Amino acid sequence: MAWSEVLTVVLLVPGAALMLIGAIGAIRLQDTYLRMSATSKAATLGVVLMLAAGAVHFGDMGTSTRAVATMLFMLLTAPVAAHMIGRAAYLAGEPLWVGTRTDDLKGMYEEDSLELASPEQRVPDPTVPDASARVAEKG
Amino acid sequence: MTLETLIRLGVLPMLCLAIVLAFVRLLRGPQLPDRVVALDLLTSLLLGLIVSLAIYDEKPIMMDVALVLALVSFIGTIGFARYLEIRAWPGPKS
Repeated sequence: MAWSEVLTVVLLVPGAALMLIGAIGAIRLQDTYLRMSATSKAATLGVVLMLAAGAVHFGDMGTSTRAVATMLFMLLTAPVAAHMIGRAAYLAGEPLWVGTRTDDLKGMYEEDSLELASPEQRVPDPTVPDASARVAEKG
Repeated sequence: MTLETLIRLGVLPMLCLAIVLAFVRLLRGPQLPDRVVALDLLTSLLLGLIVSLAIYDEKPIMMDVALVLALVSFIGTIGFARYLEIRAWPGPKS
């Protein structure tokens, strides 16, 4: 086996395994946000590893450049897409898992503009415990 | 064991199982954001499938397909996310 073939195998098989782990996470985890964390991290890393395997396997300049461009594009766009779906799901009132311990976004969106407000800018709502209050309680 | 055998017996079954699991999530939902996440995952899995088939068949032209699919899937996900957000919150109340 040539070294490039060994490197292709080393990149291809963990890439496929990571994508399978991401799909298992998408089916097994409890709520939308947890599933999204599985698909946006594990599956993206799997795609990038498999594209790297393609870039190594086809050793010529043109194909490898396209593969590297696709890798960079995936690494740039996957967090953006996951953030947009997560924000849309949160604004649509998608419920959190019952075991969720903290929700730092609770009460942080302005009602009339849907902009995030920092704690200094807003009047604290005594019914909603915010993150700094929790830290103070823990000591 | 050649690279072709490894892809045929190792990589492609893993990816096909992952695609089946993503389809189950796509059908079960329960809400629209879950389905959008499942579609995003499906396009990623399809990208991996295309790359492994390109290596299996020695067809470097398939890498172009992967690049175009990555572009289209990003635009599609952004469009779905915008639609979800607009549906959840159509505009200012005043």
